[in-house]
Amino acid sequence: MANRSARTRYGPIRRMLGMLRAHLGRLVLAVSASVVTELAALALMGTAAWLLARAAQQPPLAALSLAIVGVRAFATARGVFRYGERLAGHDAALRALATLRGRVYDALVPLAPSGLPAYRSADLLSRMVSDVEAVQDLVVRVLVPVSTAVVVAGVAVGFTALVLPPAAVVLAIGLALAGVVVPLLMVSAARRTARRLAPARAELAERHTDLLHGSADLAAFGATEQALTDAERAGERLARLERGTALTTALGGAGSMLVQGATTVAVTVLALDAGSLAGVMVPVLALVALISFEPVLPLVPAVQRLLESRASMRRVLAVLDARPPVAEPASPLPAPGRDVTVELRSVSVRYPEASRDAVDGVDLRLTPGRRVAVVGTSGSGKSTLLACLMRFIEPSAGTVLLNGHDVRDYDGDDVRAVITGVTQDAHLFHTTIRENLRLARPDASDDDLLGALELARLRDWVSSLPAGLDTEVGEGGGQVSGGQRQRLALARALLADPPVVLLDEPTEGLDPQTADELVADLLATTRGRSTVLVTHRLFGLDGVDEVVVLHAGRVVQRGTHADLVAVAGPYQDLWWASHPAPASK
Amino acid sequence: MVGVPRPCGRPIGGVLLNQLARRLLASLPAYRVIALAFTVLAVAGAVAILVQAELLARALADGVLSRSGAEALAGTLALLAGVFAVRAGLSWAQQALAQRAAASIKASLRRRLLRRTQELGPGWLTGQHSGALTTTLGRGLDALEPYFTGYFPQLFVAAVVPLAVLVRLAVADLASAVIVLVTLPLIPIFGILVGLSTKRATERQWRSLERLGGHFLDLVAGLPTLRAFGRARAQAVAVRRTADEHRVATMGTLRIAFLSALVLELVATLSVALVAVPVGLRTLDGGMDLETALLVLLLAPEAYLPLRALGSQFHASTEGLAVASRAFAVLDEPDAHGAADSGRPERAVVARAHEAGAPCVVRFEGVSVRYPRRDEPALDDLSLTVAPGERVALVGPSGAGKSTLLNVLLGLVVADAGRVTLTKADGAELDLDTVDVQELRRQLAWVPQRPHLFARTVAENIRLGRPDAGDDDVVRAARLAHADEFVTDLPRGYDTPLGERGAGLSAGQRQRIALARAFLRDAPLLLLDEPTAGLDAGSEAAVVDATSRLMAGRTVLVVAHRPAMVADADRVVRLEHGRIVGGSDRTALGVG
Repeated sequence: MANRSARTRYGPIRRMLGMLRAHLGRLVLAVSASVVTELAALALMGTAAWLLARAAQQPPLAALSLAIVGVRAFATARGVFRYGERLAGHDAALRALATLRGRVYDALVPLAPSGLPAYRSADLLSRMVSDVEAVQDLVVRVLVPVSTAVVVAGVAVGFTALVLPPAAVVLAIGLALAGVVVPLLMVSAARRTARRLAPARAELAERHTDLLHGSADLAAFGATEQALTDAERAGERLARLERGTALTTALGGAGSMLVQGATTVAVTVLALDAGSLAGVMVPVLALVALISFEPVLPLVPAVQRLLESRASMRRVLAVLDARPPVAEPASPLPAPGRDVTVELRSVSVRYPEASRDAVDGVDLRLTPGRRVAVVGTSGSGKSTLLACLMRFIEPSAGTVLLNGHDVRDYDGDDVRAVITGVTQDAHLFHTTIRENLRLARPDASDDDLLGALELARLRDWVSSLPAGLDTEVGEGGGQVSGGQRQRLALARALLADPPVVLLDEPTEGLDPQTADELVADLLATTRGRSTVLVTHRLFGLDGVDEVVVLHAGRVVQRGTHADLVAVAGPYQDLWWASHPAPASK
Repeated sequence: MVGVPRPCGRPIGGVLLNQLARRLLASLPAYRVIALAFTVLAVAGAVAILVQAELLARALADGVLSRSGAEALAGTLALLAGVFAVRAGLSWAQQALAQRAAASIKASLRRRLLRRTQELGPGWLTGQHSGALTTTLGRGLDALEPYFTGYFPQLFVAAVVPLAVLVRLAVADLASAVIVLVTLPLIPIFGILVGLSTKRATERQWRSLERLGGHFLDLVAGLPTLRAFGRARAQAVAVRRTADEHRVATMGTLRIAFLSALVLELVATLSVALVAVPVGLRTLDGGMDLETALLVLLLAPEAYLPLRALGSQFHASTEGLAVASRAFAVLDEPDAHGAADSGRPERAVVARAHEAGAPCVVRFEGVSVRYPRRDEPALDDLSLTVAPGERVALVGPSGAGKSTLLNVLLGLVVADAGRVTLTKADGAELDLDTVDVQELRRQLAWVPQRPHLFARTVAENIRLGRPDAGDDDVVRAARLAHADEFVTDLPRGYDTPLGERGAGLSAGQRQRIALARAFLRDAPLLLLDEPTAGLDAGSEAAVVDATSRLMAGRTVLVVAHRPAMVADADRVVRLEHGRIVGGSDRTALGVG
């Protein structure tokens, strides 16, 4: 899915720069301020050198007055424009960041949660968010300094060419060496270093994980000391490699300084030998050569940073390029009413690059008020089935019918207005209980909210909180317990009041007692409503109309709990495994 | 910090190195040697700067006045080229040394941090955001590099070079030296003044920035939920608005924060103008020769440069200091309640062989455990005796103290009151208050709810139970644990390397590996913490079967949620609020 240019070495950088075009005006402003700053420094030293040299020839004072004004003006300009450059650069960077965040969000909307691997891991997701932030670096630490260096070097060479053309050639070569060749050499050295360090880093990270996550296991088996020794050995190996590469990576700055010195000496020699050159220009040329390297020297870290952020850019572009798993119809049917019948007809779903169907030829019919439980081991396709019902994912074969129409002819949001509920890993936002609930129905009154909380058996708890509905739930709902989190998600689903309620593993991560209580409540509050309950715990299923047993994506058994438990088969096996008959002991 | 050499960079250290930085430097191995080397390099660098300016001024003055050509100045120019080369070499040496120092200090901090996390123990670790700790230990410590390659060596340069330049200027032209001497201190003074006056404002703003920055991740993470309720598109507006608010707030902060940069830059450049213009006028009067004038012009900026560089290096190194402060916070963490001496570093205990033998007696007498920041005690005056070979199931709601009970026996949690003893079959009594925790742990095997599998081979993971076990023993243990059947299906059997945290295996398979560990350990006391938790019914059957086989002939304490685990027990003990509230006796032993 990644665009072809994203795979080439500089492709991602080029595309990211293309995206900055919207902020071209601000970027030009930032670069201009930066260029003026550096040119003022150059002019300050050049003019001051001219002033001294001319003064030594004892001209009338008037001959110097312009230079004196110049020296003072350039000195002031440098300070003021440096400030302006910093502000303009960051402003452009933050505007670019805002644009990119908006675009990434828009791209993510049709992808979440089935179209993006990042939605399977919180770590990947937060990495993606920091990847987006890398664009700031691209502007402030790469784009502005590189453009500045190019312009200032050009002006210095141009000025020198006007005064003494051969010196300009030498200066151009020197600046190109320090600004292009040295950074490229350093980058390729850094890449070699990174390749050598990568295995050592990976090994160390594994040892860290073992110690941080397995500390109890290690302690219980008396193996902590051994694991620490292993980790220290891995750490020392990495440190040894890093110390070894220090000698090379330190060469970058030294190399540029060497080129700067050689160029300055060479320009001085040429100036000294140029008979036609006015004497006052000798120090000017030498100092211009010396100072013109100042904006060029920081290019080594800038290029380094650029290449480091390339991986971030590539990942961001992959998100922007990802194809949504579901295509919306061009002219959707009118939204369905509240009487909803959903039907799956031999529906199969296969994820890209998977070797088998996640859901394989499943039939299911949900008439108004019918309640179905889907059970099976993890990986049996239960959640994929729900994603299909919510139109988060497209079946690869078969059809989903909504009131007799192919669901593909409806707008996805209209489908989810009638079929929704507690999704897998239902998210609580870092805000108040009220805002988290009102997500499901923005116009809900406090009475509506309390009613939904009542049904989810949370009303007393919320009333007992000092801030009540205004209580903050913390990051990811971290300020409330796991059971309260799930119940809040349930209250939110009940507030949305969809004709078809989906409940995906609503008891995940709860202790068995809490889990059983919650399932009992769930089944009680959703009575009379079309419901699909996905679970791997066989509890309370005698209260549903049909139990569907999934295995490896296929329906292997279906019927009522009483029917299924009475006959030999997977359901009975599952049932006896968790409910041993008292008589067997 | 007894026995650690104190940083000797006192003259500069007083103002520019805060407490945190001093402590950081104190963790640098061979600090004195490195500080001495940086001092020598800074002095050599200062001399090179003076000589370079001297030579360049001589050559340029000659070019303006006598025009004798490059040939006549060959010696001067060759020397000048040499000095440039020397400066490049010094810069290389300084950077190489700084990077090596950075690598060493990262390794040393990492080592101490890891040791400390193990001393603080699993109880402390579960309360931490483990992802943040892993980051600190890995890439986080890399943020120290700018400090050691930038700010730290620059401190020495900033201490030496301006002084050297001032002395040379004073010799060449006292008036210019006075101007530099007066303006030079303005850089640190303004820096501090601007910093102080903006500190509170910026701190307040950074906090709101953090909140706005976190908002995007929250929305992205909650997108599936937003879509489920048809709110995703409505929030797109909020994303853009928040990003814009973020920008406005950040710019507000930066406008103040960059003021210090403005002042420093202005002081430095205006001072050069202040020096250059009078020098030019005196040259015009004939009061100063051109060579001296050029020397002054070349030297003046060199006096300011190190201080300005120090300022920007400091900003680049603040992230490193933040990491250092996080690291020190872990090192300073008071011994948590849960931290028994698990793997205390001073005692180099190598995992010795397990101790097989007849089952033992476990006795709890009036044991209480109280966790910090909790009102209720986790265990409340609990007494319980488990007879040799008895299998006791602990049941009760979550938070009743079941896991705490096991953790006390494991030496992961220390009891506040009461006595816990373990009587071996030979009559020897181990009192948990006095016994070496390693000695205690040799008597037991443990199967937790979510065992940790290491990123090593399957066989190595099982061998955690008994490091010296032969291959046959490993396979036998795996067979008993119902693990052999899936291990042999793995691409390389027992030599298959597992992913991080056992990735590639299902929860049930991981549990069976943990059971194999326990079989291999073959210890007289067995502690099980609901080994079937979170398993689907299919895997549960295999785990239950293996577990009941493992329990035979041992003294067993099993935390049980599911009926299957309870069914195998001789006695059921029910805990609530850290007390025993009942249970079914299947043997004659009383319940305390």
